[in-house]
Amino acid sequence: MTPPTNYPPLLEVKSLRVEFPTRRGTLVAVDDVSFDIAPGEVLGVVGESGAGKSLTGNAIIGLLEPPGRIASGEIRLEGRRIDNLPYEEMRRVRGARIGAIFQDPLTSLNPLYSVGRQLVETIQTHLPLSAGEARKRALDLLKEVGIPGAEHRIDHYPHQFSGGMRQRVVIALALCAGPRLIVADEPTTALDVSIQAQIIALIKKLCREHATAVMLVTHDMGVIAETADRVAVMYAGRIAEIGPVRDVVKDAKHPYTKGLMGSIPSLGVRHDRLTQIDGTMPRLTEIPTGCAFNPRCDFRGSRCLGERPELMSAGASRAACWLHDRGGVGAPAAKDLADA
Amino acid sequence: MLDAAPRPFVQIEGLKRYFDVSPSWLVRTLERRPRMVVQAVDGIDIEIAKGETFSLVGESGCGKSTVARLVVGLYPPTDGTISFDGNDMAVRRAGAETAALRRRMQMIFQDPYASLNPRWRVFDIIAEPIRAFGLAKDRADLQSRVDGLLRQVRLTAADGRKFPHEFSGGQRQRISIARALASEPEFLVCDEPTSALDVSVQAQILNLMVDLQRRLKLTYLFISHNLAVVYHISTRVGVMYLGRLVEVAPSETLFRRPKHPYTRMLLDTIPDLDMSGRQRNPVAGEVPSPINPPSGCTFHPRCPFANQRCRIERPKAIAIEGGTVACHAVEEGRLAVEERSYDAPVRQRA
Repeated sequence: MTPPTNYPPLLEVKSLRVEFPTRRGTLVAVDDVSFDIAPGEVLGVVGESGAGKSLTGNAIIGLLEPPGRIASGEIRLEGRRIDNLPYEEMRRVRGARIGAIFQDPLTSLNPLYSVGRQLVETIQTHLPLSAGEARKRALDLLKEVGIPGAEHRIDHYPHQFSGGMRQRVVIALALCAGPRLIVADEPTTALDVSIQAQIIALIKKLCREHATAVMLVTHDMGVIAETADRVAVMYAGRIAEIGPVRDVVKDAKHPYTKGLMGSIPSLGVRHDRLTQIDGTMPRLTEIPTGCAFNPRCDFRGSRCLGERPELMSAGASRAACWLHDRGGVGAPAAKDLADA
Repeated sequence: MLDAAPRPFVQIEGLKRYFDVSPSWLVRTLERRPRMVVQAVDGIDIEIAKGETFSLVGESGCGKSTVARLVVGLYPPTDGTISFDGNDMAVRRAGAETAALRRRMQMIFQDPYASLNPRWRVFDIIAEPIRAFGLAKDRADLQSRVDGLLRQVRLTAADGRKFPHEFSGGQRQRISIARALASEPEFLVCDEPTSALDVSVQAQILNLMVDLQRRLKLTYLFISHNLAVVYHISTRVGVMYLGRLVEVAPSETLFRRPKHPYTRMLLDTIPDLDMSGRQRNPVAGEVPSPINPPSGCTFHPRCPFANQRCRIERPKAIAIEGGTVACHAVEEGRLAVEERSYDAPVRQRA
């Protein structure tokens, strides 16, 4: 898919900041995150545990767990601000305009109701349909997500489905009201590899057919490489790099992305050792000044210690790294990175 | 005849482990329900040579973790034998002799949050095997051994005074490795040691494991569902499906020229990170329940090459290209050999 630049973005996130007030001070879990998603586009958000990727997704669907809160910034869906809506109004947007898919399909379904009843309930909450029409729509949705024998399976309970089939039911639930945006948080992580491929193919197909935008949050670079059009790499609550998926995967501009890609074992060439980024991501309480990645970075300069880099353009992508500051001290070093 | 060929370091023959998951006797009698038995491991043969890394791959429920637990003796086998350096593990021995054998094999578990006692200091966690096997001469020797182990896994001696909760997932897995190395084992069984970790941390742990293997001449039995990790670390690979080994081959052979239809299917599911445009075929179907496995070849309901024979007769493992394959289609020559390449053409030429 060509990067859809001429469409107005469906989702706009501007300078989003998510904070957790604690007794020992305020923790900033998501800091100055901005991106947008066009209709029909899949934006992958990757990062390691604690990078803030799930929190960003939760902030968008309005499901931040207190005491977590959006401290500043704005989120717009189809031009309308949704981050400051009252609870009831947000509840109507969520479900109708935004669908959510979570990691564990067993905990996102109610074990006491048949899947048909859960689907009908969700459909009737958001669409003015009679019980009969809603059931018909539920059946159509189950067929669309590829559940064999849907007529029969609609009255089954979640425990009667396998993991992959359950995740299909969850996807059907997310699609109930024909949402414009789907936030999928680790949708394939709990599944086996062969099932994972099926679910990815399904999400891609649905996204194409309905022109639904998808925000795909995952730690699995392989899933992103296959599914996403663009990808945002998060590190310590900020976007380290964002760009078309091919550029980010094959020609990473940020040293962190580069290290991350190198650390994934590949089937192409068998190396003796994997590239390794030493150290770990800093805790929220001890994020270093300047660039948050600087203690682990091989290209660290004096500027990285004191000044925090904003996203700046680097090839087809944008990276938050001083190496790409045109005319800045880092310019020659950027060449080293390309050679590395 | 005896000792004509050198015996493999670890030899597993006809290993079976069934779990009885029946309802209670009363329920069975009143509701006329039959006994239910999960055939978690259903007759597998593995030989592991000294110094190699043998990996088991498969989807969840295929029995790979059960094999790991059987090998270290956490479960007794239902049938079959496991011999370690020529010693049959099922033979009853004097306590000291058993301990001497057990000392030489250790296990690393998947979840570094669940496998470390949260109330013990790291020092005591690592010192436990040393104390249990009486390896240290005195307190000073114990201290220096633990410090050395911590340094070996790239932690510091000062970390010994801390508790597990003060460490990240990757650091905890290092502690698990240090504990496993404490009794100076020769054979390590690693059950999904990196699947709970982020990729960059996974790379650190895999590199550490490779370094340790070289330095300490370790033999690994590595269990994982991640095929790329398995390819990276293994000498030989066994593919499991519903409690049986469907294919065993040297790593390079298995990934370049897979024989069994299930192996081919698994390889198809690896995400294409090189973006070479290789088509990933989503495979239809799911793993059936191991309570009532399909007859004949258990893979036949999902196999595009299955015929009448596959439905009735369980295939035997036949030797082929340095490994073994259990498939009628391969044996009869119905299946063409397939060459696979994963090269990223653009990046390689540049």
